[in-house]
Amino acid sequence: MASQKEVLIDPIFNNNPIALQVLGICSALAVTINMATTLVMCLAVIFVCTMSNLAVSLVRNRVPTNIRIIVQMTIISSLVIVVDQVLQAVAYDISKSLSVFVGLIITNCIVMGRAEAFAMQNGPWLSALDGFGNALGYSVILIGVALVREPLGSGTLLGYEIIPTVANGGWYVPNGLLLLAPSAFFIIGLFIWAIRAWKTDQVEEPEYEIAPNGQYKEAI
Amino acid sequence: MGLRSFLDDVAPSFERGGKLESLYPLYEAIDTALYTPSSTTSGASHVRDGLNLKRVMITVWLCAFLPVFVGSYFIGLNANEAMQALGMTSVDNWRGFFLNGLVSYDPNSVWDCLVHGLAYFIPLYITVFVAGILFELWFASKRGHEINEGYFVTSILFTLSLPPSIPLWMAAVGVVFGVVIAKEVFGGTGKNFLNPALTGRAFLYFAYPAQMSGDAVWVAVDGWTQATPLGNAALGLDYGVDWMSAFIGSMPGSVGETSTLAILIAGALLCLSRIASWRVMAGVLLGMVLTSSLFNLLPSSNPMFAMPFYWHLVLGGFAFGAVFMATDPVSAAMTNNGRWFYGILIGFMCVLIRVVNPAFPEGMMLAILFGNLFAPLLDHFVMQSNIKRRLARG
Repeated sequence: MASQKEVLIDPIFNNNPIALQVLGICSALAVTINMATTLVMCLAVIFVCTMSNLAVSLVRNRVPTNIRIIVQMTIISSLVIVVDQVLQAVAYDISKSLSVFVGLIITNCIVMGRAEAFAMQNGPWLSALDGFGNALGYSVILIGVALVREPLGSGTLLGYEIIPTVANGGWYVPNGLLLLAPSAFFIIGLFIWAIRAWKTDQVEEPEYEIAPNGQYKEAI
Repeated sequence: MGLRSFLDDVAPSFERGGKLESLYPLYEAIDTALYTPSSTTSGASHVRDGLNLKRVMITVWLCAFLPVFVGSYFIGLNANEAMQALGMTSVDNWRGFFLNGLVSYDPNSVWDCLVHGLAYFIPLYITVFVAGILFELWFASKRGHEINEGYFVTSILFTLSLPPSIPLWMAAVGVVFGVVIAKEVFGGTGKNFLNPALTGRAFLYFAYPAQMSGDAVWVAVDGWTQATPLGNAALGLDYGVDWMSAFIGSMPGSVGETSTLAILIAGALLCLSRIASWRVMAGVLLGMVLTSSLFNLLPSSNPMFAMPFYWHLVLGGFAFGAVFMATDPVSAAMTNNGRWFYGILIGFMCVLIRVVNPAFPEGMMLAILFGNLFAPLLDHFVMQSNIKRRLARG
């Protein structure tokens, strides 16, 4: 049985759902153009993932195995609808700029994956912690990506100008690529590189070895 | 042999255990650039061949100087003509500091045009070369592999694919992206599946569209806007150039892409020396001719549908891409039949993007990157069909 601390902390760097399991990439590409939408998205995922793990764990012994996925989907969808409605009521502008991606939390592999892989086998407290931890791991990467994309892509952070751009009389020429979704691929790739340079046990075995490049003395 | 003995004297400090061990790749690069390495294969196989990677790359690099000089001449010519039209007699920026005494910006003088053009090419190339080689050296010393002559080719092809007026820092950012993301993260030369020069260019194209496309960047005079003929063609306007001048290169465009004539001569040299694959070049040409002829038959209000193949050949980066970029030995297909399919795919995609996609008047860069992605798959199918044929033969 995993300890509470491990369940909560491990998904942040040691077993990050984005950087190691490479799940939940599509929303990471879509919502990270600016920090405000990223933070709201992270809060939504934290809420949905924690609550769905808790709820699935509570009903896990009552659910027949062959319809368990449908039950999980129903729980997750209900939670996502709650989040979506609250967002539309409280923060309509951000809800509009997040567009379908709040609804798409239903299909986020991380939420579904944690419900199926963890909450179905563990008690409610541990499951809630696990959901919270994984959503935190997701959030860490998303906030990191947004921290690169918003300042370098438009010179602002949370809407405040931090690098004066040429258009506003400053010196910085904004990098337009960072406003396009594919840039998040590069940034997530660089994060994965950095995390694996730090935690070398995450590095995968190569499929085949190429003979090493020798550093031999040249004959004269 | 003073130099040789100097290199031998300093060698121990660069070798394992020496003080400057981490700079070994730099030492090795300088040594083998000056003298023939006499290292031999150490495994069970023994290869004797006059051609090694160094000679392959240096031949391409030398051939690229033909478009460099012709391209520079036409950059200068375009700039001088624009200056004459604007009534300017001197250049105000730092280039003018070197140029104003040296040339009189007369469009009819070959010297004035060539020197003015080189004043754009040389700083650009030096910036690109230095920025990229620093990152090559860094990765080489961290990873313990050699600096590869492939970088000579990457740097010059990247420079030739840029608009002449691009800010130098942008070129540096682009080439570093190309070298690191397209090549070094996959393990260096020989393991990259994309052409690093084109990846760097694609990065710049999407990151800084205002400096990489549009009407203001192709002629190296501030405040002068002139669309490329391909840009005009996409809008249904007159190309602004007749076929022969377009073939020789007298039109606005990237540094090296304008002169189809110079590129074809360089391409013929590369084919004769069997450095570049003629199958790839022929495939690209065939794909382009077939696809554009097909579009010519279709009725459409889009003026690009009617563009005949001989115009596709001389406008934009088609010739440059076909000769220098598509034939990159690492990212192209490796099997002979695969090279045909790879070339045809690039020619097809290039015309498809140029004609059908209104957002991209030029399609060669994206077409080649697309072809790079498919090259391993094409090779796989060719090898599978070979295996099947041989099995059937019994």
